[in-house]
Amino acid sequence: MKSTFVKFLLVIIALCLAPFVLSLFHLNLLTEILIFAVFALSLNVLVGFTGLVSLGHAAFFGVGAYTAGLAAQNVSSNIIVTLGMAILFSVIVAAIVGIFCMKVNGFYFLMLTLAFSQMIYSFIHQSTNLTGGSNGLSGIPRATIGGFEFANAVFIFYLVAFIFIIAYAVLRIVVKSPYGQVLIGIRENETRVKSMGYNTSLYKYTAFVLAGGVGGLAGSLYTYFNGFIAPSDVYWTMSGGVLIMVLIGGAGKILGPVFGAALYVILETVISSYTNSWMMIVGAVFIIFVIFFPKGIVGIGESVIQKIKTKKQQTYGKKSHAA
Amino acid sequence: MDIIGAQLVNGVSYGLLLFIITCGLSLVFGILGVLNLAHGSLYMFGAYIAYSLTATYTQSFWLALLIAPISVALLALVVELILLRPTYQLGHLSQVLLTFGLAYVFHDLASIIWGSNVLSIPVPSIFSGSIAIFGQTFPVYRIAVIIVGIVIAVLLWYIQEKTKWGAIIRAGLSDKQMVSALGINIKLVFTIVFVIGGLLAGFGGVVAGPILGLYPSMEFQTLILALVVLVIGGLGSISGTLVAGLLVGIVETFSRFLVPELSMFLVFGLMAIILIVKPNGLLGKKVA
Repeated sequence: MKSTFVKFLLVIIALCLAPFVLSLFHLNLLTEILIFAVFALSLNVLVGFTGLVSLGHAAFFGVGAYTAGLAAQNVSSNIIVTLGMAILFSVIVAAIVGIFCMKVNGFYFLMLTLAFSQMIYSFIHQSTNLTGGSNGLSGIPRATIGGFEFANAVFIFYLVAFIFIIAYAVLRIVVKSPYGQVLIGIRENETRVKSMGYNTSLYKYTAFVLAGGVGGLAGSLYTYFNGFIAPSDVYWTMSGGVLIMVLIGGAGKILGPVFGAALYVILETVISSYTNSWMMIVGAVFIIFVIFFPKGIVGIGESVIQKIKTKKQQTYGKKSHAA
Repeated sequence: MDIIGAQLVNGVSYGLLLFIITCGLSLVFGILGVLNLAHGSLYMFGAYIAYSLTATYTQSFWLALLIAPISVALLALVVELILLRPTYQLGHLSQVLLTFGLAYVFHDLASIIWGSNVLSIPVPSIFSGSIAIFGQTFPVYRIAVIIVGIVIAVLLWYIQEKTKWGAIIRAGLSDKQMVSALGINIKLVFTIVFVIGGLLAGFGGVVAGPILGLYPSMEFQTLILALVVLVIGGLGSISGTLVAGLLVGIVETFSRFLVPELSMFLVFGLMAIILIVKPNGLLGKKVA
């Protein structure tokens, strides 16, 4: 427990120092990574911990992003208002969609989440008066709090980093809690957990709503960062992208999605500066991970550490024998 | 009344087009248990190869109709042998993800080869005329699509229900292990079915090319429609796919005519309602 706390503190310090070390380009890259890390963390609650593979998670990202944008334009640009409304709306949407999606399993769950997210996409795409249709939503005022305006990349980075740390900490506490352990139980064997007397449908439903709410939070961060939202951010390829992040990083590991988001965003940015074919490389990397490293980056890390540890133990063992 | 009849013909032809595109996906899912998210990409390759053949090399639609599906089938063969076959033990979900990664790779491959402009395949000259039904004129090509769709449906039905191959396929659908215990090379069956799936996808690409057009990300749009048809019909059921294709085609055409801003919304709404009421699709079997 203590070492986790120390590690956490180190990460916070590193993030605080980042703007002093990194160039503006790299700082923006890091901001984007943190936003998608929050998004991927939210999906991991479903895919990694509960074992529900959703292919419609972009819906909540989009609902959060559009709500934050519209709230900033029409109500107030105060982040407490925009953030609150984004989370509230995505939780409401997740609560409604969840009622229906909980009725099915496996492939059908995948398809139903996809169907709902495409319905939301069509709605956003078609309601030109509200959302700007295919042109997207532009001219979103910068986020403010009180009289302070998040006017440049450094301030936005600190805002995003702050929310990322809170979201990460909260989700970590949730999955380590008895509640989270039940979710893992559902992933491993739902029938068994059910026969133990747990209302598994309720657990899955709350996980779905939680994931939707945090997904909406990620969407609102995206709005603060870009100041612009396009319907393509809600399209199902976005859902596929975030699923790739979770699986590359390591589904079911709390740190996995963070690494996955980092690798995905870095690959996309680095490769697209050389060639347009970044999707090809990302796709190929993803295939390699699915075949050879199904546990993702974190899985590789863990097995490497495990090997080093056993080696150390062996050498210690030899020394003690010699003595 | 005439206008409704006209929309109905349009809807049926669109529905059968969706059936042609989806039946390969349905077949592969039914036998292999692989939800092939690269199916849209195979369809796209079919359309692009047909474009290259009709626009530059031979200028013959008929040759394209023959060569493009075969080329796509060869591609499917390579995919099955190199990627899918070694990974059957990884489980269904890994294969869904594998084919999704493949769709990413194919997406850029296509844009490298054919660029990212909007292209179109001209309607072959025999079908370029129009025909009058319900006092409305229809392109002959749309009627031809209806006939081709019906022929494929009958052919698939005949193969599945009346031939030994169909019996093996049906048996593979219900119990793979038993089939391989009976001495049938189930791996070979898988390969052949996947190749046929590719052939049908490529064929769909050529047939749909003149109507739906060729553009970047076309495969993702097509895939999503194909998935909707697949799920509404019931996973792995060819007759279900036919019914669902017609249903989606008619709903889409009529909603585009009556409430154009809601057309896609209604299609996905239809899928959601059917999944909630009948979780296994209209004619599907229970799939875990």
